[in-house]
Amino acid sequence: MQRHLISAADLTRDDAVLILDTAEEMARVADRPIKKLPTLRGRTIVNLFFEDSTRTRISFEAAEKRLSADVINFTAKGSSVSKGESLKDTAQTLEAMGVDAVVIRHGASGAPYRLATSGWIDAAVINAGDGTHQHPTQALLDAFTMRRRLVGRDAGLGQDLSGKRITIVGDVLHSRVARSNVDLLHTLGAEVTLVAPPTLVPVGVDAWPCGISYDLDSTLAKSDAVMMLRVQRERMNAAFFPTEREYSRRYGLDGDRMARMPEHAIVMHPGPMVRGMEITAEVADSDRCTVVEQVANGVSIRMAVLYLLLGGNEPAVTHTRTIEEK
Amino acid sequence: MSKILIRGAKVLGGEPQDVLIDGSVIAEVGVGLPADGAEVVEADGKVLLPGLVDLHTHLREPGREDSETVLTGTRAAASGGYTAVFAMANTFPVADTAGVVEQVYRLGQEHGYCDVQPIGAVTVGLEGRKLAELGAMHESAAGVTVFSDDGKCVDDAVIMRRALEYVKAFGGVVAQHAQEPRLTEGAQMNEGVVSAELGLGGWPAVAEESIIARDVLLAEHVGSRVHICHLSTAGSVEIVRWAKSRGIDVTAEVTPHHLLLTDELVRSYNPVYKVNPPLRTERDVLALREALADGTIDIVATDHAPHPHEDKDCEWAAAAMGMVGLETALSVVQETMVETGLLDWAGVADRMSVKPAKIGQAAGHGRPVSAGEPANLTLVDTAYRGSVDPAGFASRSRNTPYEGRELPGRVTHTWLRGKATLVDGKLT
Ligand SMILES: [Zn+2]
Repeated sequence: MQRHLISAADLTRDDAVLILDTAEEMARVADRPIKKLPTLRGRTIVNLFFEDSTRTRISFEAAEKRLSADVINFTAKGSSVSKGESLKDTAQTLEAMGVDAVVIRHGASGAPYRLATSGWIDAAVINAGDGTHQHPTQALLDAFTMRRRLVGRDAGLGQDLSGKRITIVGDVLHSRVARSNVDLLHTLGAEVTLVAPPTLVPVGVDAWPCGISYDLDSTLAKSDAVMMLRVQRERMNAAFFPTEREYSRRYGLDGDRMARMPEHAIVMHPGPMVRGMEITAEVADSDRCTVVEQVANGVSIRMAVLYLLLGGNEPAVTHTRTIEEK
Repeated sequence: MSKILIRGAKVLGGEPQDVLIDGSVIAEVGVGLPADGAEVVEADGKVLLPGLVDLHTHLREPGREDSETVLTGTRAAASGGYTAVFAMANTFPVADTAGVVEQVYRLGQEHGYCDVQPIGAVTVGLEGRKLAELGAMHESAAGVTVFSDDGKCVDDAVIMRRALEYVKAFGGVVAQHAQEPRLTEGAQMNEGVVSAELGLGGWPAVAEESIIARDVLLAEHVGSRVHICHLSTAGSVEIVRWAKSRGIDVTAEVTPHHLLLTDELVRSYNPVYKVNPPLRTERDVLALREALADGTIDIVATDHAPHPHEDKDCEWAAAAMGMVGLETALSVVQETMVETGLLDWAGVADRMSVKPAKIGQAAGHGRPVSAGEPANLTLVDTAYRGSVDPAGFASRSRNTPYEGRELPGRVTHTWLRGKATLVDGKLT
């Protein structure tokens, strides 16, 4: 494993499978009466959020606390892009405090990479979403969810997603989730197809390891998982598509469309869902929809990532040892 | 006044000759000239060029003296072999009145490192709405002939048309920063494979090309002269080539960095590579080199854009756009154009001195190296190899993309009207 986790593209197949397997072990901790491991006791982790994301922050925080790390939440909302120095200044403050890892969320693409490579800080850097670039732990939790559902929990150990066909639908242009998933799913052997109106597909996408389609209906029957991306309503005002209704008709997932998916196929969404436009309530509430699992899996994945980046050589979970130290 | 004998210099890259400077002019050029009391500079086969002329420099004074001043900028120019620079108008206050352009002009004269020819804004405050007092700036002591809203595009077609027409009255030229504003909202880098992967806002080639296409058609329609700043795409080259073939009076410039660097470098997210227009692809770079060689692109201009450290030492999106270039321009041209066989030294003199002086009407610059001409000269050690060390820059800012990179060639001497501004690589 590398020292930082900046991009899903930086993970090898073996790294990724190791993270998924470790997350399975971490998931078992969640089933215990005391959901806590001593693994990162004495280590300090800062959640550095320049952009609001309560869901992601809470997920990381839960993971950090279950590993017994000392957690500092640092919200620097509103200070990101207009005052560029703040990132460096903040980094140096954290460095002076001797933090071991920084989980960073930033509105500017590349900010975590800058933080990790500019010599401003020594700590491990974990990208919790940067601009429209990457969100690697989201891709990992998505892959984890797919492996559990499509390969099987214990049967999945050591396995990747070879041969699975994944369709990602929606605003690819502005989506760090799409970018991260394309990279990771490709590494794990899956076939990815992006479906979106041409206005929401970036110029240069042809270099990505995936297929592109503008037609959702033609891809449904051959999808093992369909991942719906969030579409922000303001895109409509910027003429990315004519109306919300038209978007919904062409790219929304409703019951009829879901019925045309193979029986085993699942519906995913990174949340929060905008019901009605990109996904109907009927689909969102069906048992094929994994949104709630994805949230739970997020904690296991983030525990695995933190453990592997910071935990050193000890086994992730010592099943025999009791947790009396705490 | 004193005499200087430059002995054994390859004038424009030709056979070694001696050049005798007497006072502010070249007195004689020949083989085996006697020293005759003159101070002797042994050229040892270095290349002698007419002093370089930069049609596109940002000196930042007035307003951003923390980035650069007329003094530090002209010292950087002299270090890079320049004897004249055209100072862009996007200062604070904007150079849109006779008062501001005269101030900049006067500072250049006082410091004496290189002639500073101010460029006047096309519109008041670079706001694109109302023509600035173009005539008053032309008639001022600064004698402005080049007008540009550089940093911003004159995107209103009617304002651009009027500006092109208006400056005909006194033989001026409008230099356009070609950037369609709506197509480049939120733009951070070249739109293409790399921007798609990095998730940085794309600056599409068509945003440059569509403005150039419009402006050459406007220039044709009203019978005016237009100059295209820092052309950066293969498509732009095609449009300018077509316009010239049609007889449209258009000239164009390319920066050294667009001749050498590509958007692949942005993968580092290092804002030292953030520039406007953005670094493009390998295909664009090769097209630009060819166009400069065949004359479709007339000149090299630096777009020297100094920024203080703190404006670059941050995340990409927050960083200022621009690179310094005066002190490395000739080296980059040597690497990309001379050592590739695309251009000889006479060609370099043409693209970096003769033509820019002509476009900007810089009297006394870009002249032949022959008797009777003003002694504006640059001596280049073309055999030199070394890596770029910004610590040695005369520019107040150090935002060079070439730090630690090996580049060929080094300017050892610069003379402005017979007065040395650079001797053995050191400013006087
Ligand atoms: Zn410009």
